[in-house]
Amino acid sequence: MNKVYSRPKALKDVSTHYCPGCGHGIVHRLIAEVVDELSIRERVIAVAPVGCAVIAYDYWAFDCSEAAHGRALAVATAIKRVRPETIVFTYQGDGDLAAIGTNETIHAANRGENLTVIFINNAVYGMTGGQMAPTTLIGQKTATTPLGRDAQLQGYPLKVSELLAQLPGVKYIQRTSLQSVQDILKTKQAIKEAFQNQMNGLGFSLVEILSPCPTYWGLSPLKALEWIKDVLSKEFPLGRIK
Amino acid sequence: MITGNEAIAEGALDAGCRFYAGYPITPQNELPAYMSRRMPQLGGIFIQAESELAAINMVFGASAAGALAMTSSSSPGISLKQEGISYIAGARLPAVIVNIMRGGPGLGNIWPAQSDYFQATKSGGHGDYHCLVLAPSTVQEAYELVKLAFYLAEKYRNPAILLADGMLGQMMEPLVKNPKSKIPNPKDRRKEWALTGCKGRAPNIVKSFYMREGDLEKLNLALQKHYQLIQAKEERYEGLFLKDAQIILVAYGTMARISKVALHTLRQEGIKVGLIRPIALWPFPKKAFAAKSSSKVRYLVVEMSYGQMLEDVLLTVRDKEQVEFLGRAGGGVPSAEEIIKKVKKIL
Amino acid sequence: MAKIDINKERCKGCLLCISVCPKAMLKKSKQLNKRGLNFVEFQDTGSCVGCSLCAVICPDCCIEVYK
Repeated sequence: MNKVYSRPKALKDVSTHYCPGCGHGIVHRLIAEVVDELSIRERVIAVAPVGCAVIAYDYWAFDCSEAAHGRALAVATAIKRVRPETIVFTYQGDGDLAAIGTNETIHAANRGENLTVIFINNAVYGMTGGQMAPTTLIGQKTATTPLGRDAQLQGYPLKVSELLAQLPGVKYIQRTSLQSVQDILKTKQAIKEAFQNQMNGLGFSLVEILSPCPTYWGLSPLKALEWIKDVLSKEFPLGRIK
Repeated sequence: MITGNEAIAEGALDAGCRFYAGYPITPQNELPAYMSRRMPQLGGIFIQAESELAAINMVFGASAAGALAMTSSSSPGISLKQEGISYIAGARLPAVIVNIMRGGPGLGNIWPAQSDYFQATKSGGHGDYHCLVLAPSTVQEAYELVKLAFYLAEKYRNPAILLADGMLGQMMEPLVKNPKSKIPNPKDRRKEWALTGCKGRAPNIVKSFYMREGDLEKLNLALQKHYQLIQAKEERYEGLFLKDAQIILVAYGTMARISKVALHTLRQEGIKVGLIRPIALWPFPKKAFAAKSSSKVRYLVVEMSYGQMLEDVLLTVRDKEQVEFLGRAGGGVPSAEEIIKKVKKIL
Repeated sequence: MAKIDINKERCKGCLLCISVCPKAMLKKSKQLNKRGLNFVEFQDTGSCVGCSLCAVICPDCCIEVYK
């Protein structure tokens, strides 16, 4: 018998700090698989966010930087402009990309920077203890919306992908989910397309991935996936947005 | 003839800077405008960012990718850059930040000022770090010092700030390019640590995040040792008539020019006045004061602020009573006459 | 005929693999790994087809599949 499935080369053989059932681990592996399949490990540069994935550089076996909270797309813009031959991607959570970093996100997109953005939407701030995020659902209880998010006080879940789709500089936006193996494989396909777009010089490509956070949703890993399928993906519909 | 702002841009280009990110703010606007014309001609990158905050993070990225990178702004914009500068210092990245100071606090005005001395020399962002700080007082010197700033930033892998003010930025003076300029070109420095794609080497990581126990302390200890080395080697100042001076004016940038006028007037009246003009504000030129430590000389610190460099002088001089101060801010500029009056009052 | 190998020390006991195995060959073990978690064990009943669903959903890259 030979090995048909194992760790991708671009993923270091170490255990991660993520909680059991966390989606970050899955997406890290998918990115590494895509990097291997496109054989770009020696050309790719990642920009990690501030958030649970801040130490993503400990898990990927390629060049990586770590940006100030929300500023990954400004950092990535400069790296790509200085080194156009490299493949630059940012890996950001909903707080990093759609709260503090909204300005950098919108303007990098509006400039049509030839970048790939992996956007993890798990509807909370994980690293800091489960606070409300821009994508927290109405009524969803978090560390800072103990009675559930109230639209009158905290506004509505932010559809940043739909927002960005209006910008001419944006060439590709896909929203996928980790709720099932089939969806995980679709996510990998979307990530691959987003990387290939950059390799072909197409322009700004973003993949928004609905990802489980069992710890701060207060659900088991399996129930968390069901919550995405039954609730989160209703608010954030899956599919090709641009 | 060229404005200070443009001379600084030209100096950066001559130093090999090929990445500039900036944002409009008076009184430094001629600098990004100049860069927007010249960078494309030299195959460099010019970005007008969406904010000063984005611009400094772009400089972080460009420098992490191995480029000689720079941004410029004026006081309020420099405040927005402080977090980014702290990250650049923590990630041991070279970068040049130009501050054409204006009146503050708050929106302030667009008149010249020196009220950002603390922010520049005492690390305006979070954490124990220092930026090299250089302060020109002429357009020619502004051209030279920005080249020096790049050289030192690269040599020490540290952010460097060029601290000028609105008057210097806007005034026009001749600029003579000295081919034998002794500032070596930083461009030819190999950067194995840069992010270029890990072909033929282990992956590089550029970050300022150290969570494992003791790691951040180790970084801090290394930085402190580094800063001691810089303090020992990179003090710079101009001294005039220090040997026979009864009273020494201490001023930098535009204030040093005005102080020289007062100095010469007073010397003609037979009053022995000297001048210490710090060129590096960090590391602060303690050596300039060492020569006179024994004698009973008086010092008059003159600033377009309410006494910021004053504190470094007080820290350096043994006998605090020797030090007097004259300062105006919010766009107010101490005149030569005011300096002369103050000197006579002291003596 | 196929089989899988689970890195039991790296498994965090999230049990997602169990939920996707079409042949129900995965079971939560009674023992604890060094982290003090009940890891997942592969019960080789011989009907594993090497579909890799378990490996795809594993957030910690614990599973290798042989065919």
